[in-house]
Amino acid sequence: MSDTMERYLAPVIILVIILIAWEGLVATLQIEQFLLPRPTIILSNLFQVVHLSPADTTATDEELQNALKGNQLVVTIPAKASPHLTEALTSAAIIRLPWFNSSLLLLQGKNLSPILQAAWYTLKEALGGFIIGCGAGIVVALVTSRWVGTREALMPFAIAANSMPIIAFAPIANNWFGIDNPFSKMFIVAIMVFFPVMINLVRGLTQVDANSLELMRSYAAGDFEIIRKLRIPNALPYLFNGLKIAAALSMIGAVVGEYFGGPRIALGVFITQEAALFRFSSAWAAIIIACMMGITLYLIIILLERLAMPWHVSFR
Amino acid sequence: MTNLAVSIKSLHKIFNQGSNNQVHALKDIDLDIAPNEFVSLIGPSGCGKSTLLRVVGDLVSSSSGQVLVNNKSAHQARLDRDYGMVFQSATLYDWRTVAKNVQLPLELMNYAKDKKEARTREMLKLVELQDFHNHYPWQLSGGMQQRVSIARALAFEPSILLMDEPFGALDEMTRERLNLELLSIWEKTKTTVIFVTHSITEAVFLSTRVIVMSARPGRITQDITIDLPQPRNTDTRENVRFFQLETQVREALRESERMSV
Amino acid sequence: MKRLGWLKSVFFFVVIVIVLALCWEGYKLLASEDGQFLAGTAQVKSGNERAPGPLCAGMGLCEIKLPIRADNRSMPPIKNMIATIFEPPRRGSDEILFTILLRASLFTLREAITGFLLGAGAGFLLGVAFAHSGLLERGLLPYVVASQTVPLLAIAPMVVIWLGGNWMSVAVIAAYLTFFPVTINTLRGLRSPQPTALELMHSYAATKWDILWKLRVPAAMPYIFTALKVAATASVVGAIIGELPSGIADGLGRIILNFNQYYATGPERLWAGIIFASLTGMTFFVIVTLLEKFFVRHQPADAV
Repeated sequence: MSDTMERYLAPVIILVIILIAWEGLVATLQIEQFLLPRPTIILSNLFQVVHLSPADTTATDEELQNALKGNQLVVTIPAKASPHLTEALTSAAIIRLPWFNSSLLLLQGKNLSPILQAAWYTLKEALGGFIIGCGAGIVVALVTSRWVGTREALMPFAIAANSMPIIAFAPIANNWFGIDNPFSKMFIVAIMVFFPVMINLVRGLTQVDANSLELMRSYAAGDFEIIRKLRIPNALPYLFNGLKIAAALSMIGAVVGEYFGGPRIALGVFITQEAALFRFSSAWAAIIIACMMGITLYLIIILLERLAMPWHVSFR
Repeated sequence: MTNLAVSIKSLHKIFNQGSNNQVHALKDIDLDIAPNEFVSLIGPSGCGKSTLLRVVGDLVSSSSGQVLVNNKSAHQARLDRDYGMVFQSATLYDWRTVAKNVQLPLELMNYAKDKKEARTREMLKLVELQDFHNHYPWQLSGGMQQRVSIARALAFEPSILLMDEPFGALDEMTRERLNLELLSIWEKTKTTVIFVTHSITEAVFLSTRVIVMSARPGRITQDITIDLPQPRNTDTRENVRFFQLETQVREALRESERMSV
Repeated sequence: MKRLGWLKSVFFFVVIVIVLALCWEGYKLLASEDGQFLAGTAQVKSGNERAPGPLCAGMGLCEIKLPIRADNRSMPPIKNMIATIFEPPRRGSDEILFTILLRASLFTLREAITGFLLGAGAGFLLGVAFAHSGLLERGLLPYVVASQTVPLLAIAPMVVIWLGGNWMSVAVIAAYLTFFPVTINTLRGLRSPQPTALELMHSYAATKWDILWKLRVPAAMPYIFTALKVAATASVVGAIIGELPSGIADGLGRIILNFNQYYATGPERLWAGIIFASLTGMTFFVIVTLLEKFFVRHQPADAV
């Protein structure tokens, strides 16, 4: 129990320390905002605190909603909010901080929608590329692991191809598929994730314990059954290692691909534009959203890994 | 045609034939094993006893000679699912629970669901692991894992059990307990067993016959019948005849080592 | 024997490059004149008349669109790519593209190698620290993973301003991409010795320092080199990405960006730049692989 507590507590404590140190250092060293804005400034760019005082009970629900729409910092509302009001608050993407009971302190989303819109667009590119690239990697690995000759001819090439800076192909992809076509970014992401997934999966499919293979042969099991009941389960840990790398790469690939040109609603374009217009805290907010999405993808893969192989050593 | 479980005639196995690191692993092996025999193969390392076991099981092909299992080729016997294999490592699949591991051969042989489950329960009871159905292999001790692998080998009632040093990695106490367990299983199931081992005591205690082999090239030097009374139990180990037979096997081994130098 | 194996991989590489080149030209041959459709299925225009292509006789308009346009702008012929390498890209200068690209490649490779050394060193130290402190590992490892999801392009300008706009700052950016695989595999490798091997060291009353250098690090070498090969590639990617927003004009990143802007007038030049970038990545990869052959003689199966 205390072990799991520590597992989750340690990163949280370190996050708090990092944030405080970041805030403190930037403030005391007087680092320019364009270099590194303080976390509070980045946050205030995403959210604003709405302070609701119970003293004034004259505001109607309607007035309150109008105030929220107008992004006013301070509004007054009745102490007891009607259900109707509560609904209005949630629909405005407001996070309620419940520990203030005399007055209501609310976090309201601000400037979130353009960033979220861009993030959603780029996430779709990253996911599309992830699915195409991983799918192709899995299919090619399954096919080549079946024929030893093909694999031995292809593997050195796959490893060599994996040493190419794929990102250099981004301008070409833009030209081939069109700069505003999301497929141009998906193409780059797909190539980036293809090799780690394929190489890892081939390793997992072929590095099978010799006795396990003999056991299957002693049962006169067919090739297909050996693949299904032995090689694939054996390869799962390797596959998930590849997928984890792919998850981290796919977000980066999409954002970097957009650097060479993309529609205005894309996250990479958004970041460069905001930076060019000296709106650094907004650029940083977008960077943080991009990281969070990368981390979320990564965590989803870890979750799937746990669901797919509850037996594995690393979860004991 | 005589009714033999295994019949081997002038068998040779040469690895890397024709190249400069050619190894004559088995030379001129003749061996007949009757049904329900418990035959141990013993010899110095490199004498080809594991290779012989694998040739019988059609996991390694022979270079020349004839291997008949239940009056058909070893290959046909494998396709007919006549073999149960047990290795030194339990070779359980990490991703399957104990019960699922036992069911693996039954799945491959398309057993019906209820029969599969009944058989699994029966087998786990036989090796006294009925309470560990849903455990994963890593949750079991080495001895328990090996018992699961024996249950798996017996699950589809193969006519021949091929065991390659199955208890070699276990401690002495566990090994002796599993020896007794294996004997009682053998009495109940009436399978033919070919058992590769390093241990003289184990070979004498378990077997009806001990085949002594020598190395470079691997060949059979002696065929010793173990005439200890059945059923065997802990008292057997204190029998005078037991010690005499042990000494006989030990001397045969010593002689075979001299021959290989 | 060993030399033959080496020749074999070079041979395979050449064969595959030739096969790829043939596929490239073959694809272009398959295309109709404007590169949009499968040859023979495109409409034939004569004056104002439009007729179905010869392959479509009797089937109406059956144009088969190619997934990628095969015209010389999207897919320049290979002979043009080779020719452009030996021509001066700028008017008023005799310097041919080959020397420019070679110089840029070496510049980028220098950034990459410096970043690689910085990153591999930092990664190794982090790995050692994590291997010795479970608390550090639990607290920091999630952020090491998270650090790799930061889009480098976004932080590159800041690093350049912090360190001044020279190639060292790009090396630091390359190091940022390099350290991650090294940390992860160093940690795995240092943890790889069997418990009995550790007990043996304890029985000699060996210090932590001795255990590290005489047992853990040798055991970790295959793991570390596997990571270094990944890191070699990553450092070249990092150097190219780092050059993009940092205004450093001497490397491959800037050249790719420039040729991208003039793609319409000279697509071959961008392709030549990309080929050089790929060769740079592979060269560094091969260097690390050769070092691995020299330093690592034992390879456990699970080190990959």
